[in-house]
Amino acid sequence: MEGDSGRMTVPIRVLVAKPGLDGHDRGAKVIARALRDAGMEVIYTGLRQTPEMIVNAALQEDVQVIGLSILSGAHNAIIPRVMDLLREKEMTDVKVVVGGIIPDEDARALEQQGVTRVFQPGASLDSIVACVREAAGRQ
Amino acid sequence: MFPPPAGQFPYTRGIHETMYRGRLWTMRQFSGFSTPEETNARYRRLLEAGQTGLSVAFDLPTLMGYDADHPLSFGEVGKCGAPISSLEDIEALFHAIPLDRITVSMTINSPAAVIWAMYLVAAEKQGADVSLLSGTLQNDILKEYIAQKEYIFPPRPSMRLVTDTIEFATRHTPRFNPLSVSGYHIREAGSTAVQELAFTIRDGLEYVDWALERGLGIDEFAPRLSFFFNAHSDFFEEIAKYRAARQLWATLMRDRYGATDERSMRLRFHAQTAGSSLTWQQPYNNVVRTTLQAMAAVLGGAQSLHTNSLDEAFALPTEQAATLALRTQQVIAYESGITATPDPFGGSYFVENLTSELDAGAREYIAKIDSMGGMIPAIEQGYPQAEIAKASYADQLKTESGEKVVVGVNKFVSQDTGSPLEILQMDRQAESRQCEKLRVLRASRSNEAVARTLGALVRAAEGAENLMPLLLDAVRAYATLGEICAALKEVFGTWRETPAV
Repeated sequence: MEGDSGRMTVPIRVLVAKPGLDGHDRGAKVIARALRDAGMEVIYTGLRQTPEMIVNAALQEDVQVIGLSILSGAHNAIIPRVMDLLREKEMTDVKVVVGGIIPDEDARALEQQGVTRVFQPGASLDSIVACVREAAGRQ
Repeated sequence: MFPPPAGQFPYTRGIHETMYRGRLWTMRQFSGFSTPEETNARYRRLLEAGQTGLSVAFDLPTLMGYDADHPLSFGEVGKCGAPISSLEDIEALFHAIPLDRITVSMTINSPAAVIWAMYLVAAEKQGADVSLLSGTLQNDILKEYIAQKEYIFPPRPSMRLVTDTIEFATRHTPRFNPLSVSGYHIREAGSTAVQELAFTIRDGLEYVDWALERGLGIDEFAPRLSFFFNAHSDFFEEIAKYRAARQLWATLMRDRYGATDERSMRLRFHAQTAGSSLTWQQPYNNVVRTTLQAMAAVLGGAQSLHTNSLDEAFALPTEQAATLALRTQQVIAYESGITATPDPFGGSYFVENLTSELDAGAREYIAKIDSMGGMIPAIEQGYPQAEIAKASYADQLKTESGEKVVVGVNKFVSQDTGSPLEILQMDRQAESRQCEKLRVLRASRSNEAVARTLGALVRAAEGAENLMPLLLDAVRAYATLGEICAALKEVFGTWRETPAV
């Protein structure tokens, strides 16, 4: 909490979304709680969001960061689409952080396509909170 | 303190007098990926390697009732299971596997009645006597609303479909288990052991209530109900959990429902080791975790078991990893001597006491859900969901603080990151091949027969009759899963949960 609330700055706004058909929302919910406990404003979209729905929600909610949780193996199809839509809508200042069952090779490819960071299983909440804070331009 | 021997009410110590001395558990490895054809080839190799039953994993579009060529299936086809859009796919899945001799478990829930209809027709086309088929349909929709979230229709019409399958199985496939009441996913979603036990048993009671309401007699259908529990890492707690589950179910069946057939009171269960306990760091440690968890399931008297592969925090297992997982069970079964006596920990002060504590904890939850009017109102109020989310966050915070040790993750961490494992590479053409098969099917089948059978299904769904015969007709006409589910959605509507953190 020290970084944000201590200086009375506007809280970081984060959209946490579950794209695709995957319903395993344990991770997304844990991350949403952790970001909220770290003083951020978290908008959780719930399940089965298309890339279009996610990008529209990010626009309307005026978030600095989008967190995507995906465990179904469909990341290579879905995440590039989110990145394309952000470019189309000139929203490249919105950073995308991804977490899930994502093999190394795919993680590197996604980061090359503009994803700020891919978190694989076992990542600590502290490291995720720190990454979101940094992505939002707060150290 | 010391419960009666195995094979005697309340079956705390096991449902059979001799347990594994009489017969080993079924080694049933869950698998499916890419296409029905590729999955079929993996099944045939697993059977050659000594696996004794099949367990089908379906991909997400199938689990959600979408055909492979639906826009929402984009990127998901064949990724975490076999894609099944029509009878044609089920026929390919079981090609050259005699369904009258192999028992098949199918992990399918919202569209379970449709997939089961496809399975029955495929078996019939192989020449099998459908009344002698044996296997298990997961078909546990309640835990979908609670934990795994693969739901299509709202709870009540979904419960009607489940009850239709129970009624149909009771009348036509008396050796088939139409329902496997599942705690596995509840635990994977982050619940405690007592929550897994309580919500699963309470779900079981809900299904019983619906079947009784339908007019079935308790001892007509209850012997075919089966269960599915997680095998997690707390060794003794897990053993105690299975013991508590058996005594709880037996007592509830006798006292709450007046069951008199012992088979109605005997809780049979499948176990799977805990996927969520497997780590991406130092993945070889996962073999050890899985071994301990599998031992707990065996010491707890499981009827069938799936052991996870070491690479599951990365992707679906490679064939080599899946074989090692099967070998793990075989070593326990044939080398360890654990099978020599039922319930070896029976009478241990610690295990007996843990069993009583879990039993009492579960009864408290069951009473609470009863007071809410049953599991459906509890789900509608988000009660089990919130209890699990609370437990899961608390568990994560304990891992973060180091209070809970995860070897290789928050203690004994090694510098070497990077994955040393070979990862299963998916056939990137699978999705387009499945879509092409569907295009050909839609052009070659009688679309008039499809429209006629779907029309009849919709009319029946508006009434109260059992939908299984109508689903069998639609499937025989090669109506697709997506078409059938779309027809049912017209009548039943769909379900969407309120997102809550």
